[in-house]
Amino acid sequence: MKVPLARLAHARSGDKGDIVNIGVIALEDGHYPVLVRELTPDRVKGLFGDRVRGKVERFELPNLRALNFLLHGALGGGGTLSLRLDAQGKTFAAALLALEVETGE
Amino acid sequence: MIRIANGQGFWGDWLEAPVRLVELGPLDYLTLDYLAEVTMAILEKQKRRNPELGYARDFPPLIGRLAPKLRETGVRVLANAGGLNPHACAREVLRLAPGLKVAVVSGDDVTARIPGFVAKGHAMRNIDTGEPLENVVDRILSASAYLGAFPLAEALAAGADVVISGRCADAALVLAPMLARFGWRPDEWDRLAAGIVAGHIIECGAQATGGNCQVDWRSIPDLAEIGYPIVEMDPSGDFTVTKHAGTGGRVDSRTVKEQLLYEIGDPRRYITPDVVADFTSFAVTDEAPDRVRVSGVRGAPRTDFLKLSINYSAGWKATGLLTYTWPDALEKAQAADRIVRARLERLGLAFDEVHTEYLGHSACHGPAAHAVADPAEVQVRIGVRGQDRAAVDRFTRELIPLVLSGPPGATGYGDGRPEVREVVAYWPALIPRDEIEPRVEVVS
Repeated sequence: MKVPLARLAHARSGDKGDIVNIGVIALEDGHYPVLVRELTPDRVKGLFGDRVRGKVERFELPNLRALNFLLHGALGGGGTLSLRLDAQGKTFAAALLALEVETGE
Repeated sequence: MIRIANGQGFWGDWLEAPVRLVELGPLDYLTLDYLAEVTMAILEKQKRRNPELGYARDFPPLIGRLAPKLRETGVRVLANAGGLNPHACAREVLRLAPGLKVAVVSGDDVTARIPGFVAKGHAMRNIDTGEPLENVVDRILSASAYLGAFPLAEALAAGADVVISGRCADAALVLAPMLARFGWRPDEWDRLAAGIVAGHIIECGAQATGGNCQVDWRSIPDLAEIGYPIVEMDPSGDFTVTKHAGTGGRVDSRTVKEQLLYEIGDPRRYITPDVVADFTSFAVTDEAPDRVRVSGVRGAPRTDFLKLSINYSAGWKATGLLTYTWPDALEKAQAADRIVRARLERLGLAFDEVHTEYLGHSACHGPAAHAVADPAEVQVRIGVRGQDRAAVDRFTRELIPLVLSGPPGATGYGDGRPEVREVVAYWPALIPRDEIEPRVEVVS
């Protein structure tokens, strides 16, 4: 069954220079393996298209049932250099939560 | 157990939060984290215009307001409000709150030493991009090293009521009282890491207590009266995150986890001046309503380097908006963008970047934006950045004419021309820690 990621997880995003980080946390323990399987770095990079000029890295935090994504080159230079409205990447988490994921059920 | 709160997550945060933390319940230490990467750039501009500025100007009046309550309760304050001018900040605090014992932690400002560092062969490459410092070295405006918690703890040990630092690691403000009260040694890595994790959870203020929280946000009580976060730290390094009773917001494992993941890189190696914390090592559990327990934090030895925050001059920028309405709002906004770009090109103006976004359509989420057919309004937001101030200034005159000479129905130009702003950019780098000598002075 396909559902929006928001049904399985919550998330928060922020910046470090020109990097956006998105922390994605399973709403229930049982959702964590789905996140690990479905949220590949390639899928996250694909979702944001040309907004992400560099690589996407993924780190696992099994103790928190969470994943951390780093989206490199995602803020038009970042900080004060950026001409973006969302120069600090605050809204990336909400966009990711709309992604359709397969629950396997 | 000691209680440590954070009442400011950045310079510009809710002014009432620190007052409420001191007034509404028990507390031992109040920390205030004013500095972000962007804030250092603002402070640099302010200090250049007035050498007595360059610090978080909200802080001295806040201490003036809090002083009677601080004397009554014995709550002690730690703040990185000093920014690029901690001594000037301390002078203003003493003027507004005479009688308090104020300590200044400095030694972070290495602006004058950069040429010496270069001569010694310190590369100071940009941590994020790998670029060599020589690309910007002749445009450096200021440079600060991120100090750790030990000099802050020394200031507390000297009896300071208020500790003012320049640049320090945000979480160091929270770790310092633990060092001072529990006597943790510099090689007790697990405990130092626990203090850093606690600091990371509360350093962004209400982001740990239900603010900016994605999960079930409608159900979070009374954000208007939100309580800011408090850590109750045990000498063992296990701790509870909570907030004062009767305040709004929520502390549960979900709000705390969102903040734990906020603005981190590799979670196994969260590098700070005093320790490398492992964010995959500990458990987060709901203990009671508005009480979350964090236990079992592990840490690894600190690195041989400290991080530098270098400000450099990177030209000028401006951004402006025009609003178009239904029908065909997006199409009109896109036509406006084409006209502006064509006029800029005919003027022969050169920019490093011209960037256009459409608010109401895709400004924030780009290709991932939720599609809306024929929206009621779209704002076109055009920004330029470049080295030639005159070119950027000319750009600011090219938007409003479209009200008469572009697609129909443009509005929203009432604030006039966009402002030309100087770009002070951020260059993160590393320096061997033995180059940096923190100083602790009691100034009252």
